[in-house]
Amino acid sequence: MAVRPFVIRRVSRETQDSFTMEMEPRDGGRNFAFLPGQFNMLYVFGVGEVPISISGDPAKTETLVHTTRAVGTVTKALCRMVPGDTVGVRGPYGSSWPVEKAEGSDVLIVAGGIGLAPLRSVVYHLQTHREKYGKVALLYGARAPEEMLYRKEVEYWRTHYDMEIHMTVDRATTGTWKGNIGVVTTIIPNSPCDHTHCLVVICGPEIMMRFTVLELQKRGMTPEQIYISMERNMKCGIGLCGHCQIGSSFVCKDGPVYRFADVKDIFTKREL
Amino acid sequence: MENLERILAEQPFLSGMKTEHIKLLAGCAKNVAFKAGEYLFHEGEAADFFYFVRQGKIWVETFIPQKGPVAIQSLKEGEVLGWSWMIPPYKWHFDARAFDLTRALALDAVCLREKCEKDHDLGYELMSRFALIFAQRLEATRLQLMDIYGNSTKNK
Amino acid sequence: MVSTDMPSKIVLERPALQGLFDALRSQEYQLFGPTVRTDAVVYDQISSVEDLPIGRSDRQDNGAYRLTASDRPSLFDYTVGSTTWKKFLFSPAAPLYAASRDGQKFEISGAVEKPLKRAFIGVRACELQALAIQDRVFTEGPFVDTAYARRRQDLFIVAVNCTRAGGTCFCASMKTGPKASSGFDLALTEVIDGNRHYFVTEVGSEAGEKMISRVPHQDAGKAESQAADRLLERSAAQMGRTLNTDHLKELLDRNFDHPQWGKVADRCLTCANCTLVCPTCFCANIEDATDLTGRDATRTRYWDSCFTIGFSYIHGGSIRNSVLSRYRQWMMHKLNYWVDQFGTFGCVGCGRCITWCPVGIDLTEEARLIREHEKK
Repeated sequence: MAVRPFVIRRVSRETQDSFTMEMEPRDGGRNFAFLPGQFNMLYVFGVGEVPISISGDPAKTETLVHTTRAVGTVTKALCRMVPGDTVGVRGPYGSSWPVEKAEGSDVLIVAGGIGLAPLRSVVYHLQTHREKYGKVALLYGARAPEEMLYRKEVEYWRTHYDMEIHMTVDRATTGTWKGNIGVVTTIIPNSPCDHTHCLVVICGPEIMMRFTVLELQKRGMTPEQIYISMERNMKCGIGLCGHCQIGSSFVCKDGPVYRFADVKDIFTKREL
Repeated sequence: MENLERILAEQPFLSGMKTEHIKLLAGCAKNVAFKAGEYLFHEGEAADFFYFVRQGKIWVETFIPQKGPVAIQSLKEGEVLGWSWMIPPYKWHFDARAFDLTRALALDAVCLREKCEKDHDLGYELMSRFALIFAQRLEATRLQLMDIYGNSTKNK
Repeated sequence: MVSTDMPSKIVLERPALQGLFDALRSQEYQLFGPTVRTDAVVYDQISSVEDLPIGRSDRQDNGAYRLTASDRPSLFDYTVGSTTWKKFLFSPAAPLYAASRDGQKFEISGAVEKPLKRAFIGVRACELQALAIQDRVFTEGPFVDTAYARRRQDLFIVAVNCTRAGGTCFCASMKTGPKASSGFDLALTEVIDGNRHYFVTEVGSEAGEKMISRVPHQDAGKAESQAADRLLERSAAQMGRTLNTDHLKELLDRNFDHPQWGKVADRCLTCANCTLVCPTCFCANIEDATDLTGRDATRTRYWDSCFTIGFSYIHGGSIRNSVLSRYRQWMMHKLNYWVDQFGTFGCVGCGRCITWCPVGIDLTEEARLIREHEKK
């Protein structure tokens, strides 16, 4: 449970309530290696710890990047940090997106709202090892255009990365948006991926994942092809405090990334 | 059988339907009742019925993690509950709960789908009436989506 | 490993027991054992045999605990009280680390504990199993609780076999008692026979063998061994409760939506007593605090309970809002999920949750009702 001090290099606002932090090890020591999908416990001095997925490029280990929403005591303290401040880091913990298993297949990435943050590391990884994968597509849905993450960067991916991107919003005021309007399940038909030879990775609010999985299954995808990322209250991050349990599973150890076939009841058992 | 036919003929949803078609529907119908608070069905279950509400009130709900069951529509006497029985894979997309003691006429969807396959006229009659329901619900949903009462920057 | 010189059973006469306590203390063990406090048997630091609940027994039932007088000067007629041994190994308030700030930097220093040799006196068979269960939770996963592991290492255990079953006990159903089979250094069975008062003692380890060699004892004769065995057979037949564990995990798995959960939820107060008195519950909360200057911070781990509404809180609300979901989570974890996670049930049949529930909820009864009224 050793906490490593990291120094904040940059804090930038993404949307009204979300922000990205870039940080480096304070001791100048080991670079920070992680697998896409994993999370860290971030510590703010005297305030507390919070689990946050890693959003950076797994190939660039000198800088650690986290994007999160400022919704609670610790995250609000984090978003007020300035370059030079210290954040404690424990991790990386948890399971990762199946980027190795997906080699040789198409990959469909479905993100809802803040769910793009834990999936961005997958986008980077796929691009770095592009020759190992078939078609790559991103479907990104958010409530409104101003609530989308990484908008400039997503446009960069559209033109510079070998992937197809479709975005959609629930609603948009005239003049702010030229793209698709409708929930993210409505753009699933736009996916160019061969559903018989494809892995899907999904991240977003639970209800969004629930309906997305239903829609994908309607189109013939099997639970073995689908991966989701779950979120629960975490205090220790290492399977000892009991808080993050969903049924028999500890989200911090067995998740947060799960193959849907292994947790099929997860959306039908209410208040599990 | 006669009684069921009479009840069906009285349903606003079936107004103008030929007697022979009403008879076919009656063959798949039965009276049901639900206690206040009782669930008629849950999301994901097989949609083997649709219902004419005869008395009481039904809430159509979805379960939102952390918030619990959220009602998105209510149906009362004279209204119809359930269109999932017509659309493959014939599974309910929502939960339905009796708000009050509710009496309804339940139509067996398996029976009815078979009859519609045999008698396309019957199928067309039902489909055109349900199309109206779909249109009404879609318009209502869009209005709900616009969140017309609130500010878009309000606390989520 | 017990040496082959040591007979499997020996006898300690009642007056020799203080000698065992003294031997332990001479080896720098701090003694912890049962004692009476505010009309209940609790575990606390003790120094002499006189601190034990001499001549005390207990009457336990759903939501009821009464300390009574035994009809003889027994030391161990009571069964289990409100406290468990876990409070000495898995502290209710454990300092994790301290941090101090200097400008934009801060330094962290881990809490270092002075090693302490502890001896637990009077550990029941169910409690030995509970210790083994917590060992698995805290030391056999991918991450180890090193503080727990250290405290566990320096532990000497004097177990006591229950010659009397408690009103809410069901260790026989859980196959965890009443006889201690492993995990102890010494195990005592108290026999009071007319004027004679002695302990048939089993040696369970080399440490136990060394310790008992400092105390006057003799080999157990056949009559004495049999007297002890008879008492244990009797207590196994006297259990206050039973729990049918046959395919229990699968039964609960099938019945996530059973109406019985609604019925028990109408009674449950989510007071968390059951989790506090349970010897295996291990959920914990972690809290950070600073002093008034904001320069020094501490991080402490506290006992927590899945019954609290904040337990499953993430931004937007708690996952388990309803009382139903929280009661179900506790019972499912104890009798179903625990098997997947750790290979055994989380319940050892000590009955504390039944005794200390203010509304008298009995999980053996709940399991029975679910089994009997399962919708086929």
